[in-house]
Amino acid sequence: MTAESPIIQVDGLVKRFAAFTAVDRLSFSVNRGEIFGLVGPDGAGKTATMRMLAGVMRPDGGAIVIDGVDAVADPEGIKPHVSYMPQRFGLYEDLTVDENIRFYADLFEVPPALRRERASRLLAASGMSNFGKFRAGQLSGGMKQKLGVACALVHTPKILLLDEPTTGVDPVSRRDFWRILYGLREDGVTIVISTAYLDEAERCNRLTLLHSGRALYCDTPTELKKRMPGALIAISSMDGRAVRSAITGKPGVSQVLLVGDGVHAVVDNSDLRIPQLREAIGLAGVQVSGIAVAVPSIEDVFVALLETGQAQ
Amino acid sequence: MRFRRLRAIALKELLQIWRDPRSLMIALLMPFTQMFLLGYGVTLDLKHIPVCTFDREASQNSQSLLKHFEASSYFAIARNVRTYPELISAIDRSDCKIAIVVPPDFSERLNDTGTSSVQAILDATDDNTANIAYGYAVAIVSGYSNDVALDALGRQGGELQQIQPVAVQSRVWFNEDLDSRNFIIPGLVAVIMALVGAQLTSLTISREWERGTMELLVSTPVTPSEVMVGKLAPYLALGWIDASFCLIIATLWFGVPFRGTLFTLFATTTLFLTVVLGIGYLLSVLIRSQIGASQVALLLTMLPTTLLSGYVFPIDQMPTIIQDITYLVYSRYYVTIIKAIFLKGAGIAALAVPILFLLVYAAAVMTLAARAFRKRLD
Repeated sequence: MTAESPIIQVDGLVKRFAAFTAVDRLSFSVNRGEIFGLVGPDGAGKTATMRMLAGVMRPDGGAIVIDGVDAVADPEGIKPHVSYMPQRFGLYEDLTVDENIRFYADLFEVPPALRRERASRLLAASGMSNFGKFRAGQLSGGMKQKLGVACALVHTPKILLLDEPTTGVDPVSRRDFWRILYGLREDGVTIVISTAYLDEAERCNRLTLLHSGRALYCDTPTELKKRMPGALIAISSMDGRAVRSAITGKPGVSQVLLVGDGVHAVVDNSDLRIPQLREAIGLAGVQVSGIAVAVPSIEDVFVALLETGQAQ
Repeated sequence: MRFRRLRAIALKELLQIWRDPRSLMIALLMPFTQMFLLGYGVTLDLKHIPVCTFDREASQNSQSLLKHFEASSYFAIARNVRTYPELISAIDRSDCKIAIVVPPDFSERLNDTGTSSVQAILDATDDNTANIAYGYAVAIVSGYSNDVALDALGRQGGELQQIQPVAVQSRVWFNEDLDSRNFIIPGLVAVIMALVGAQLTSLTISREWERGTMELLVSTPVTPSEVMVGKLAPYLALGWIDASFCLIIATLWFGVPFRGTLFTLFATTTLFLTVVLGIGYLLSVLIRSQIGASQVALLLTMLPTTLLSGYVFPIDQMPTIIQDITYLVYSRYYVTIIKAIFLKGAGIAALAVPILFLLVYAAAVMTLAARAFRKRLD
């Protein structure tokens, strides 16, 4: 294996539940030491994909190769090097923080001295040094997630699989969480994270947009934004609804979204359309404080891509 | 199998049992309640059978006969009636199980011919009780007739040995008092171990599914046999504690003799626990809900163990086909073993056959249980 070859290679992955196809010929690859995002709405197939990567669910087709090991044929072969954090809190709520960490350390046969050193470092890093004797069930949602990461990391895995780790976690804890992930990347851990929050997708090195079990795009956030069909125009106004009704359906306008301080509109050509929109708004007699081209967020790109139906 | 992982599973399970009052209660209180409930509730000895007397003669002789019934602990005089209709209604209303009618010419015939008879009317809706009551009544009457004969001989100055030229001398082994409690309680220990054992482990895997901890567990390198052995070990320890409770209650409280060695008892109990804990575990793997698994475990162990193990209903009195079925009931072997240990003081060698059957059972259950658990969510 060379350092350049991907650590995870997924090819034509398929998972069906009865008549429903959760994952449909999904392919992507993850490079060593990057944070890779599986981004998509609920039901896009993120959890099924994560479970197949973790070796706890058998695919109905396709191949997964992790660090040179065929994970479909030999799921046990990859488990010592992979840590998986399921979407639902999977630790023992009736065990304390220390007992949970010890349990997972023992399952991965971490020597006791190493375990103690790592456990105290991991708990300190997430501000939980004083919570060792607390039952896991007594912790807040954010702390539970951090404990989950601590348990997942106590054996220093090569790959960390996180299935929607920040769902239901407050913004401050989310930022702490991402700080921990960046720290891990520094240590050379490859991280695959799934999320339904499109703002989090921006934090990944590369990501794949999932929809109905299929990959729409797989690229860096910057490259994905370049694929935005047309341009995003932000119109600032106190009366967003009036702006929306004034410009909806005008030529070249594919999408109009209400945002806090006005409206975001997707147009095919900004130079051509901005004067036209100005005119339409003026005719409707709506006051606006500015019309300008805006940098699209991943959310804008995702919605625009879904609209145009440009799947790869 | 790696010891570190096995120990991790066992320790975790032990902590969970300790912190879950429900499973701890099942484990530690059930032996007590069951031993006392069934130990007192189930006895085949009949004492204080309600009896009605109808003394149609009211003589010294008839009263002396009825005094024998009064004095016996097997009977309790429920009523003294004076007419047949009264007697019939007493039986109809279940005031008594047996009625003794002394005829008006009882003394007259006894004096004239040296023999006389009384009538016993039995309520045989429960034929077992009726049979036993009849046996006791015959014994009491013949006791009285011996007294009468001795009396007569005393007056005539005859020889004593003429009275009973041939007497049957029987000697009862192993349960000299013919106390059915001595025979039932050791069997009861087996029933309790079977019920508690399967109940406990029936929760162990389904709990992981219900609490959502299974997904993480199967993503680790732990092997199915490490999970199985690690999870069964703490319950085996609990089983030993329960067996000790049962032994103490049986001997110290109920006064059942214990003639065997503790080694034989605990060695065979370990073997039996391996079977029942394994069955509970297997059910827990197959049925992913705690309620479902424990219900099936109860159903599968309760009926065969109480009805077909021979703990109270003798197997050799069952129809042949049922007798054949009892060979499948694992409790049957343990009931045989434990009764022999308690009452006969049997050792391992004497119990080789039932032990061998249990060994085969244990091997089969363990193999099935180890294979049934898959590290998969689907």
